[in-house]
Amino acid sequence: MNEIVFFLNKGITSGLIIGSIYALGAIGVTLIFGILRFAHFAHGDMMTLGAFVTLILTAALAALGITLPVPLAFIAMFPAMAITAVMAIGLDKVFYKPLRQAGARPVVLVMASVGVTLMLQGVIRLFAGVRSRDMFIEAPKEIFRIPFPGATRPLIVTEPQALLIVFTIVAVVVLHWFLTRSRLGKAMRAVSDNPELARITGINTNHVVWATWIIGGALACAAGTMLSMDVTLKPDLSFNILLPIFAATIVGGIGQPYGAIAGGFLVGFCETLAVFNWAILLRPIKDQLWFEVPRNLALVPTEYKLMVPFLILIIVLIYRPTGIFKGRVL
Amino acid sequence: MSLLDIKDLHAGYGVMSILKGVNMSLEAGEIGVIVGPNGAGKSTTLKAIFGMLNITEGSISFDGADITGIRSEQLAEHRIAFVPQEHNVFPTLTVHENLEMGAYVRRDDFSSVMDHVYDIFPPLQDKRNQPAGELSGGQRQMVAFGRALMIEPKLILLDEPTAGLSPMFMSQIFDRVIAINRTGVTVAMVEQNAKQALAIAHKGFVLAGGRNSYTDTGQNLLNNPEVAASFLGG
Repeated sequence: MNEIVFFLNKGITSGLIIGSIYALGAIGVTLIFGILRFAHFAHGDMMTLGAFVTLILTAALAALGITLPVPLAFIAMFPAMAITAVMAIGLDKVFYKPLRQAGARPVVLVMASVGVTLMLQGVIRLFAGVRSRDMFIEAPKEIFRIPFPGATRPLIVTEPQALLIVFTIVAVVVLHWFLTRSRLGKAMRAVSDNPELARITGINTNHVVWATWIIGGALACAAGTMLSMDVTLKPDLSFNILLPIFAATIVGGIGQPYGAIAGGFLVGFCETLAVFNWAILLRPIKDQLWFEVPRNLALVPTEYKLMVPFLILIIVLIYRPTGIFKGRVL
Repeated sequence: MSLLDIKDLHAGYGVMSILKGVNMSLEAGEIGVIVGPNGAGKSTTLKAIFGMLNITEGSISFDGADITGIRSEQLAEHRIAFVPQEHNVFPTLTVHENLEMGAYVRRDDFSSVMDHVYDIFPPLQDKRNQPAGELSGGQRQMVAFGRALMIEPKLILLDEPTAGLSPMFMSQIFDRVIAINRTGVTVAMVEQNAKQALAIAHKGFVLAGGRNSYTDTGQNLLNNPEVAASFLGG
């Protein structure tokens, strides 16, 4: 039984955690692609930026001597999401909008977003340095140990992990409600479907673009903050998960928010299950097996974890180039 | 004063000019049909009405206001609706959501207009929760018409509404155009099927080479032997 608990802790929980992070990031990337028609490479650094905004607000709250039953960083995250959303609109206004208005081709915008990536990385390092930081300024993170029937070891979920899972579920439900019930959400889908017809119909494209950056920026901030709460906050934090997020976006179908969620979890689970040591699950039944169970039976060594999303990406692009939810073909 | 008045319109893409002096005027409640050979500037005239291309000379006025070079997102405010020839629905939105998007600029209660659209196009009622992209060509055309009607337009612009439809659907579409017109909506329509279209037109505009060759009532154009010989296939 302990082996199953170990599998749940190392395989399923981690998959759920990293999958949620990927999903939150991929929703933004896919919406931006659907509405603005370009791959936003600066999305990873928008996550780092958001996490740093949260850190600053958390430090401010801690300095005021405020203590709360949940981690301060989680509370600080909500105003930080709003600030990051405003920053995202600002970035659009300064860097992307002039290009759009000049009728630049999508590849030019992609290059501009690479430029914004480099700029944001530089700015963050300039102000925050390169060391890692702990988001738990006031107290160490709480760990829940849930006893598992028949096992001596408990299921382990840390407080930020539990908050992340709850947040992701709420975010997905709210997003679904927004896209299918609200006037602006439907207008976003309409612009994503057919921008020219949307303009003729009188849909205010500016509002739709703002909504896209607000959702993308806010969720990026949340994902960056939650990821830093789960591990630590480093300036290159989200740059490393940018590629899995793009893999999740493409796997799910470009421009499809539900696909991005599914793609995020798919990539997350594939990653954690590929580096999971399956030998642990086989050990209890080793007497019934005809082969000797090796010490380590991971499909992919941990150092090569980043390879997994690419493998999935290649398979999807060969066999189902539109992704799971039939998105656009690049 | 006419509802729509286009005077000596010169327009084109970039430096290439396509329209070289188009004149067109429609009174409220009329059906105007633009016909002519390929490349005569028929669809271009419609596109010029709402700023999808560069107007170099001439003017367009609508309902007493100068709308020369208006941006396409302002069309709906003037209660002008446009049904493009292709890609005229939002394919992943349901039929109902397509109609709602048609009313995007409206802040008032538009449920009665929606009911009216479902009355004119009964097949849409059954398919209201189906994505518009899954419908047949004829039904998609109904969604496109319905979407355009949601702003209760004063003028509706139709770009080759029967293109790609079977002859059976074609006469249905013309019937619908007449029905829409009878509710008081002025119609400006570009058509390949010139004879059938001119038959229902109050006014016809035969374009060739980017300017008017003939302008008359639909009936007179149909009876004009010159027009018949050059443009209506004898």
